[in-house]
Amino acid sequence: MLAHETAASAGWFLDNAFLIPVIPAVAFAVIILFGKRLPMKGSEVGIVSMVGALVLAVGTTYQWIQRVDAVHGGEGEHAVARGVYGFARGLLPQAAEGGEPYVEPVIRSWVWWQSGGLEFGLGQHIDGLAVMLLLLVTFISTLVQIFSLEYVRGDRRYTHFFASLTLFSAGMLAMVLAENTVQLILGWEIMGLCSFLLIGHWWEEQANSRAALKAFFTVRVGDMGLLVGVAILFGAFGTFSIQETSRIAMDPATSQTVLLWAAIALFIACIGKSGQFPLHTWLPDAMAGPTPVSSLLHSSTMVVAGVFLVARLYPVFYNGFDIAQNGNSLNFIAVIGGITIVIAAGLAFVQNDIKKVLAYSTVSQLGYMMMGLGVGAWTPAVFHIFTHAFFKCALFLCAGSISHTASHHSFDMKKDMGGLLKRMPITSGVWMVSTLALCGVPFFSGFFSKDEIIDNAEHNGYPIFFVIGLIGAFMTTAYMTRATYLTFFGSPRGAAAGEHHHDEAHAEEHELGLATVGHDAPADAHAHADHTAHAAHGHDAHGAHDAHDAHGAHHAKPAFGIAGESPILIAAPIAILGVLAVVSGYINAAPFHIEKFLEWVEPRASEFAPAIDHATFAWSKAMPSIVLVVLGFVVSLAISRSVFGDAPSKLKGLTERNAVLGAGHRFLVNKYYLDALYENVVVKAVAYPIAQAAYWVNQRVLDGVVNAAGAGGRRTGEWLYKYVDQGAIDGLAVNGSGKAARGTGGALRPLQSGKVNQYGALLFGAAAVGALVLVIANI
Amino acid sequence: MDVISDQNWVLSVGTFLPLAGVLVMLLIPKREELLHKQIALITALATLAVGIYTLVQFDYGQAQSLQFYASTEWITVINSGYTIGLDGISLPLYFLSMVITVLVMIYSWDHIPSPGNPKAFLILMLVLQTGMAGTFIAQDLILFFVFFEVVLLPMYFMIGVWGGEQRQYASLKFFLYTMFGSALMLVAFLALFYQTGRESFSIPFLVENGINIDEDVALWIFAGMFIGFAVKVPMFPFHTWLPDAHTQAPTQGSVILAAILLKLGTYGFVRIAIPILPQAAVKWAPVIGVLAVIGIIYGALGCLAQSDMKRLIAFSSVAHMGFVMLGISTLTATGINAALFGMVAHGLITGMLFFCAGSIKERYHTLEIKRLSGMLIQMPKLGWILGFCAMASLGLPGLAGFWGEFPAILSAYNPAPQLDVTLFRTLMVIAALGTVLAAAYLLWLYQRTAFGEPNPEFTGHGHAHAVGAAGNDEHHSDIHDVNIYEWVAWTPLLIAIVVFGVYPQLMFKVMDPAVTQLVGVFNP
Repeated sequence: MLAHETAASAGWFLDNAFLIPVIPAVAFAVIILFGKRLPMKGSEVGIVSMVGALVLAVGTTYQWIQRVDAVHGGEGEHAVARGVYGFARGLLPQAAEGGEPYVEPVIRSWVWWQSGGLEFGLGQHIDGLAVMLLLLVTFISTLVQIFSLEYVRGDRRYTHFFASLTLFSAGMLAMVLAENTVQLILGWEIMGLCSFLLIGHWWEEQANSRAALKAFFTVRVGDMGLLVGVAILFGAFGTFSIQETSRIAMDPATSQTVLLWAAIALFIACIGKSGQFPLHTWLPDAMAGPTPVSSLLHSSTMVVAGVFLVARLYPVFYNGFDIAQNGNSLNFIAVIGGITIVIAAGLAFVQNDIKKVLAYSTVSQLGYMMMGLGVGAWTPAVFHIFTHAFFKCALFLCAGSISHTASHHSFDMKKDMGGLLKRMPITSGVWMVSTLALCGVPFFSGFFSKDEIIDNAEHNGYPIFFVIGLIGAFMTTAYMTRATYLTFFGSPRGAAAGEHHHDEAHAEEHELGLATVGHDAPADAHAHADHTAHAAHGHDAHGAHDAHDAHGAHHAKPAFGIAGESPILIAAPIAILGVLAVVSGYINAAPFHIEKFLEWVEPRASEFAPAIDHATFAWSKAMPSIVLVVLGFVVSLAISRSVFGDAPSKLKGLTERNAVLGAGHRFLVNKYYLDALYENVVVKAVAYPIAQAAYWVNQRVLDGVVNAAGAGGRRTGEWLYKYVDQGAIDGLAVNGSGKAARGTGGALRPLQSGKVNQYGALLFGAAAVGALVLVIANI
Repeated sequence: MDVISDQNWVLSVGTFLPLAGVLVMLLIPKREELLHKQIALITALATLAVGIYTLVQFDYGQAQSLQFYASTEWITVINSGYTIGLDGISLPLYFLSMVITVLVMIYSWDHIPSPGNPKAFLILMLVLQTGMAGTFIAQDLILFFVFFEVVLLPMYFMIGVWGGEQRQYASLKFFLYTMFGSALMLVAFLALFYQTGRESFSIPFLVENGINIDEDVALWIFAGMFIGFAVKVPMFPFHTWLPDAHTQAPTQGSVILAAILLKLGTYGFVRIAIPILPQAAVKWAPVIGVLAVIGIIYGALGCLAQSDMKRLIAFSSVAHMGFVMLGISTLTATGINAALFGMVAHGLITGMLFFCAGSIKERYHTLEIKRLSGMLIQMPKLGWILGFCAMASLGLPGLAGFWGEFPAILSAYNPAPQLDVTLFRTLMVIAALGTVLAAAYLLWLYQRTAFGEPNPEFTGHGHAHAVGAAGNDEHHSDIHDVNIYEWVAWTPLLIAIVVFGVYPQLMFKVMDPAVTQLVGVFNP
């Protein structure tokens, strides 16, 4: 039944899907080796490779859909009876669909290396989830690279930038189609590396390089869980294969304890990678990277790797945490996801940096995905990956577009934005649409995915998370309304009003250079200040300046002839994403009974996958969240207008006047003091003294013993020489042979200060002691 | 253990050829520096050519057998023979020693450390090469011991004469400490000899007969070998000679020390201690495992406390060798394969890191982390190479370092059946924590030294971007990017790090049969 028929049956694209990551990987090598010599500095290689990968991904998607349809049409021999493996609850309407056939993934693998009978393979595991992400990642990567052409034009490390972006895509794609867990780690870590390189892209600024370090290190803390989790799964199941692991995890005979430990370990990795509480602190700092990086890595693709891991090895988590346990159980995934939704949304309220609002929003939305997986809503959670990618990528690119064109490389909403609505029609239009999608307003894509998660939390017997989901929806709308108001409405401020505060930015530069991680200052602003500084001093000869703000040239060709809008290479990707922010939801729009995701992506219940229940959509059930969204909008708009608007208001400066509100505000501004906890307590107060103490022990105790032994040996030697050698032996008949020995030693003496005798003495002394020990041990 | 005696001249030639070069060089006066460099390099290249020939002629289908095996009488009075042979376990290290020597020779072309005297320096290096290669081919304990000790002297002089400010202390400590371990090792060898009927020191013979030694006695004998090898590895708490030796040694010395010398200890465990006394190895494995994991964490913490780049890299060796020893202590094929891979990977990566440190020191005259910054601006290529090595060292998949660490962690989940599973699983988790700390100290090092703006102290006129102007200021004129000798010496290492990272099978397929045979005794 499971024997996999190769080549002939699956179709060329499905069989060769492994080429999708290979293309960008090769492109990476080409860019690194030859990029600087190419006419477009290597960016063309990156874009061509992404387009190539996209074409293959489209072909793969097409054939996958054909495959699904064929199986569904054909029924028959592949069918695996549903419910046999014990996890379908049977009560639910979905169970009536029982007997829906399992669509076999297209699995191929090659032995990569073997060691002591264990084999490590490389391969592909193409199923609905993989196909969906392959398409998503190649598509978003392509758009972001096109956007970057303009956005980072003239950057001091333009070629490196494209090389890293391309390698990133290769890593992500390799992980997405991983056939086994080792390949998964491979892709996972390559993404981590690229993230480090890209966040620290402008590493001249200390704040950026510290953000890069923090991101890599925080994620690495989680990665420990990945290594351990994979080791546990391999040790217990004897296989790296994802298919096999899933099968064994679904087997009722498998020890739940093992699954639980593996699931905990793996989920710790997901917490790090997907920015879940309490390791979310790296993600907002990661905004120090260029905006395309934020939009690709730190919102739409890389950070969903953790969500993907849970979705990919779902049986392990499902049975490890006993997600099917109907009732009020609190499992690790759902709890972490739920906490993340709320705390990240809370932080989004106090950000002045538009990218940080979006970063916290991303964290919060990742919380939704995790919570969805935690409450058994696999399909809605995975669907949320899909829709979120489009609208969040769009939002970030809008922020980039504003900063690039309107606010002079600032991301500060309060200082440098405002009133951009009419000036940048494409950007603001897409922003609005994407915001509506993010808030979950009906008929926009986010609604179809987020509402499903909330609905299913309730449906699957997790009422607490249903409530958290609703609270999150309210908060999301509220903070996005605030950000939108600050950016697009009111009167233009700062750079948006045409003030080019070069000198001010320059003055800040030194201060920012010393800033700690988490400094809210916009990274691009320093980069820019940097440039001006160099230009002023005439030291840009070796190109280490950030010319992506060669303004005049770009502003001369606005998109579609609209004055004030960004150039076409920036506006076009944004517009495409804007359209998708609306329509992408209709692939699985429950209210309209379109459920293609269920059909194409969701694995059927089988020996490889648990049965996934679905709540039936009803407008009545969606009402609470819709009401809360409206409420969030109204309340936030009212507050934003009075606090940030031009008219005088009592609310202005309220946090300074009211102690309680002020304390709350400070608490949020300080990010719940988590960063302070990690940096001042964990790193400075704990790790550093421990390291110092360990080193002290090393120098004083361990080395002290060695030095004391050395000194003692020397004194013994001196004593022996003085009293025994010179006094006793030398006085006797050894004189002649002694002279000969000393003569030999003399030849070596200039180089060794005559210590050979002592070494010899020590050697034989030690040998004597050893011999004694052996004698005592009664051999 | 099967042996194949075809072409049994190959190993002897490969091992002793450097001494021929030494003889020639001894006859040439010291002032002919260029000639000395040429002869030394040619000798090393010729040796490498023999090594390549060995690599080609090696029968990979029979990697578990000793090949190019030769055995003649040597010291008949104690039944010690000149027994040599090479199997899949020793081949990678044997070859690596030849490669490293050539690369170090190339690097020495314009990097003879003060006080100069290339003649003596290069002669010592060639002698060192003979000692290293000899250790890996010796199949007789006395022969092994002799080569093991031959290695000590040249290294002692290298550190003591060409080293840093505290070279006297460091070299003496290195010498005495290792000697102390060797003494116990020698006692253990003698005890083995007596316990197996005084017939032979040959390793294949002892592997067959060692298992019959009484367990109590075997434990003591193992203890002697354990200390001898553990000092060399070095394992916690016998590691304190290493940071001093590494820090004080000239670049070439550090590279050889890291790349090959440390491996003599781990190799000793795999080649001698474990196969000869498996019954004792099982009892000792938990001790080794615990010390290994302490070493991983402790070494990493030591790194975090360092203010000197070279000392930091030295401490990182303690941590990395901890992973190697953890793999060995599991007594599984996966673990020992990982350990052997880890040895080579550590040799390539840490060797490369020491090369970088040496070149940085040469340019900045300091390795104090605080004073270095913005290296990527002043020397972008060297900066990126350092970053690459740091990434490899912290175990990034796709580079060689990962395949030493990850399988070692993996193997600790299921150690040999005789071992305590709970203990080893705990060790596994702690070892995984070590990978986090490795990321911490390496990236922190990199962030502080490579990123940011260059320290004004090293930039001519105190302005950040002074590369163009640096030439005017003679004090800073030596801050230049990677030169041609460095490229030639480093490229093979960099390529090897990638190649073994992408296709680890290249090495695993060589070692695996021999290792599988070795651990067969633990998995009946």
